[in-house]
Amino acid sequence: MIEIKDLHKSYKVGKNALHVLKGINFSVKEGELVSIMGSSGSGKSTLLNILGILDEADEGTYHLDGVPIKNLNERIAANYRNKFLGFIFQSFNLINYKSALDNVALPLYYQGISRGERNDRAMSYLEKVGLAEWATHKPNELSGGQKQRVAIARALASHPKVLLADELTGALDTKTSYEIMDLVQKINDEGKTILVVTHEEDIAQMTKRIVHLKDGVIINDEKVEQVRAIENV
Amino acid sequence: MFSLERWQEVFETISKNKLRTFLTGVSVASGIFILIILLGVSVGMQNGIEEQFERDASNIINIYPGETSLEYKGLNPGRRIQFTNEDYELALSNKEEVERKSSLYRIWNGLVSYKKEFGSYRVEGVLPDYQFLENASIIEGRFINQSDLENYEKHIVIGNRVKKDLFKDASPIGEYISLSGLNFKVVGVFTDPGGDREEARVYIPLRTAQVVYGAGNNIRSMGFTLPKVDDYEQALTESKEFTAKIERQLKAKLLVNPLDTSGIFISNNIENTKEIYQLISAMKIFFWFVGIATLLAGIIGVSNIMLIIVKERTKEIGIRKALGAKPMSIVGMVLHESVFVTAFSGIVGLILALALLEFIGPMVDLDFMVNPSVNFNIALTTVVILIVAGAIAGFFPAWRGARIKPIEALRDE
Ligand SMILES: Nc1ncnc2c1ncn2[C@@H]1O[C@H](COP(=O)(O)OP(=O)(O)OP(=O)(O)O)[C@@H](O)[C@H]1O
Ligand SMILES: [Mg+2]
Repeated sequence: MIEIKDLHKSYKVGKNALHVLKGINFSVKEGELVSIMGSSGSGKSTLLNILGILDEADEGTYHLDGVPIKNLNERIAANYRNKFLGFIFQSFNLINYKSALDNVALPLYYQGISRGERNDRAMSYLEKVGLAEWATHKPNELSGGQKQRVAIARALASHPKVLLADELTGALDTKTSYEIMDLVQKINDEGKTILVVTHEEDIAQMTKRIVHLKDGVIINDEKVEQVRAIENV
Repeated sequence: MFSLERWQEVFETISKNKLRTFLTGVSVASGIFILIILLGVSVGMQNGIEEQFERDASNIINIYPGETSLEYKGLNPGRRIQFTNEDYELALSNKEEVERKSSLYRIWNGLVSYKKEFGSYRVEGVLPDYQFLENASIIEGRFINQSDLENYEKHIVIGNRVKKDLFKDASPIGEYISLSGLNFKVVGVFTDPGGDREEARVYIPLRTAQVVYGAGNNIRSMGFTLPKVDDYEQALTESKEFTAKIERQLKAKLLVNPLDTSGIFISNNIENTKEIYQLISAMKIFFWFVGIATLLAGIIGVSNIMLIIVKERTKEIGIRKALGAKPMSIVGMVLHESVFVTAFSGIVGLILALALLEFIGPMVDLDFMVNPSVNFNIALTTVVILIVAGAIAGFFPAWRGARIKPIEALRDE
């Protein structure tokens, strides 16, 4: 599903170049649930942004579901993001003047799906994350955990091939974090490929594979025995 | 581009961001409002100036007969020239060029009386257009009309001075007054920017005058105006060509030496009104300048507001792009919203301004300003220009918004 080879990325900081990713080789198969770990500044978010076509690598190749991701113009990049990817952010990134339902329906708007069908599909995903009764509420009327559920529903709505989550539990307390991870595990059980960036060991243990980044290279990549989140709630 | 889905999206955004929409709307509406009022004031000042300066129509051409000073075809100099209806008809063979036209028969002193009041006034037998040549306006009743003329009616239109002398405050319409011993029915009262001197007159139908005063076919003079043009030089050239042609025709018919300068007099008022033309065109330029500056300020205002809106919506735009919004759809979204808000509030401003002008315009009658009003088409054009220009000016912020990189937009502050 994801295939990257010798990926490099550096940022310009003043006159110097800050080399953040120094040759990443990494692949993810369909149905995997992978966590990316590492200390702050190790390049986790940078890697995830490149995988999410929100940013572009300087060197190396990236194939998403067999499609080469290279030198895309904004139109095509937008199209791929819409078709292939679902994002979940630490800070939720919901549109605050839209209801939960409208937020979930938004990716479908950009797929050109009619309003009626959009709302039906959005509603079914809100049900899936257990928020059907909250459909008409605005984000500021929801708790952090509820907001993240809406964000997950939104990420799922466009039927992406891969879900990308950057610190999706970073703004939540432990109990809520585990509830969210339980949801993530269930979605993965249905076959969805999911990548989560985290620096929390317990969250990482709830995935099936942990990739350790340090100073821009992968120092460790191992399968783990998945801890079911529901048992810890 | 303006699909139903987009409309729904735009309405949703507008209705959920009421304050922002309201502020944009108010600034656009007030811009248009000021612009339209300004245009109205400009027209009002123009009217005011015209009224101040124009005793008679500014472009009136009067033709009088004189006395020949040169011999011609065996006729001695010193011969008095007399105009007749036929001469007027001849001059009218250039009819397609003239706007207003009238011939005239005049008695300098006609005795006019009503009950015990009486006075001596100038009596003029005229055609219906004469009102416009004199720049007279009717305050009561009507002016001489075509049917008065054809039926030799003994109808009379009196000047405001005459009315005050004979009738004091009573309405003279329908009353009979005696003119040179005959009863005339008063059908109208006029006022003339020429003041008392020109209001101490009475007008009767030309043919009636010719019969009453035994003038037969004779007329005293004739007057014309040409359609107005804004450019003074052009107006001058056109009217000079016109008078030269008539002079040639009349001299040929009346056997006046083409070189004779006293047989026929032509006075062309336009030669005296250069200053008015210049003043009015300077004023027009000034108001256009102010108007365009206002419009420009409005456009800059709109694009500024949109720049702020785009800035404020940076994060939202980043989210939308992460969810798959294409750059053009961001441009479309921003433009669609702004064009809709601009158009709507522009029209509100337009209606308010037109209503104000309509309501108080006719009440304004100052020395320097008379009946400020504005041509509806011009007003509508300015709104259309504002919308189009606003859309063009708004395109750049929209484009900027579309080019925002999603990671930069989404980065936590
Ligand atoms: N746009 C940018 N310009 C310059 N430097 C950047 C930029 N984005 C990230 N960096 C730098 O790149 C390095 C890696 O950043 P990144 O966000 O990938 O780290 P991270 O592993 O996600 O850390 P954290 O756990 O704190 O989120 C950091 O040193 C950061 O300062
Ligand atoms: Mg990070």
